[in-house]
Amino acid sequence: MSAVADVAETRRAYTVRLELVDEPGELMRALRPIAENGGNLLSVFHERGNLTPRGNIPVEVDLECSPGRFDDVVAGLRDAGVTVTQAGEDGYAEEVTLLLVGHLVDTDLSDTLATVESCSGASVTDFSLDAPAGTDEQSSARLRLAVDPPQVDEVLSVVRDVADRKGLQVVEPLVEGER
Amino acid sequence: MKLAVVGAGAVGRSVVRMAGEYGHTVTAVADSSGAAVDSDGLDAEAVLSRKSARGSVGAADPEDALATEYDALVEATPTTLGDAEPGFSHVRQALDRDRHVVLANKGPVAERYGEVRRHEAESEGEVLFEATVAGAIPVLGTIADYGPAQVTAVRGVLNGTANFILSRMAAEGLDYEHVLAEAQDLGVAEADPAFDVEGTDAALKCVILANVLGDGSHTLADAEVSGIVDIPPSALSLAEEDGRTVRLVGEATPTGIRVGPRLVPMESPLAVDGTENIVQLETTHAGTLALRGRGAGGDETASAVLADVARLDR
Repeated sequence: MSAVADVAETRRAYTVRLELVDEPGELMRALRPIAENGGNLLSVFHERGNLTPRGNIPVEVDLECSPGRFDDVVAGLRDAGVTVTQAGEDGYAEEVTLLLVGHLVDTDLSDTLATVESCSGASVTDFSLDAPAGTDEQSSARLRLAVDPPQVDEVLSVVRDVADRKGLQVVEPLVEGER
Repeated sequence: MKLAVVGAGAVGRSVVRMAGEYGHTVTAVADSSGAAVDSDGLDAEAVLSRKSARGSVGAADPEDALATEYDALVEATPTTLGDAEPGFSHVRQALDRDRHVVLANKGPVAERYGEVRRHEAESEGEVLFEATVAGAIPVLGTIADYGPAQVTAVRGVLNGTANFILSRMAAEGLDYEHVLAEAQDLGVAEADPAFDVEGTDAALKCVILANVLGDGSHTLADAEVSGIVDIPPSALSLAEEDGRTVRLVGEATPTGIRVGPRLVPMESPLAVDGTENIVQLETTHAGTLALRGRGAGGDETASAVLADVARLDR
């Protein structure tokens, strides 16, 4: 049981972009290698009407699988003669940029970052610190996170909590449009 | 229409000066120490020069202004929190006499919205308050036209003082205290800037919006508010390196209010400069709608008051 649970927990979301020839059955043919290699389809965005310069149809496929199988999925697609233009988890993660202001260094910066990293589905992809008056004084930091889209609210609330605990101010990104 | 104007600050004075141009007659003006009343119509210039020369618009009792003949009461006394007095009582007196009320004072509709609406329901008079949200920008009129049920959220930059400070700090790399002093010299910030820079003013506007969109039960106490006082230049330069900037953004939905400094892309419509305001409405069937313009100033806010008067006149 525990082995199954571990596998389930380590499944991650990935995005692959494909280019399909505009012929009947092409989409089915392209999706088959994904399931055959242990991938679970999440969504297929078939951009009919939006042709590539070569006249192919771009298709974006979101799937989940264990990290170890993802290369097999992509290889399976290519073996089947499908053009894969982009493959990876980056395309699927939402980029969240935020600022932290306050006594960042005195309040154990690495612990702050580790707390954010410990959220499932979040990783810190970029970090920048500006401490104009030295590390003993107030400073500012910019964090860029890659977050699984359904986890964004959860991750922001973890950031708010750790900032609250350490007396730091968070400048959160504004998400325009509907959430 | 015959207007009685209570409150002779920048907005009240502009209403008195501009009313004639819009085809209305001012029958009374009151400030905190006196009043001028003439049911045939006051001479606006005479009233305003008496105000600037002697500190008050006239020798009459301010209560006489409320008792005189008028179609709409323009309530432009300073916004007060909590019981929203004396503004709330002025609203009530007018409604009890079956007269209309046009508010420039945010207090009654931010702190006692439900009560204002209940008194309105029992009156022949109507209450409008376009001027309380984003000055000259017709936010409430637009929401009324679309139907509040069709607007799911409103967000925007609703305080020109805070926006002036943030945009100038970002552009020049100056610290908060320095830019605040400049803003005070320019008359963009008050001597006591707390209301603007701590987010209270933007929050009151969002509370009013949430009341219009929702069940009308919100007060300032329901708002999650943080201001811009603790934003250092280093935070703004880190944002800029990444193609972003910080703006004091207010958000209102039918169920909640939030105001705080937020990261927005530099090319975002919300990244307005200087004292300008912008408001975005999320609509059910028409996507995002944006309105921008001057969110403060005597004549600008008076133009919103007079737009309400015109709505009542239809």
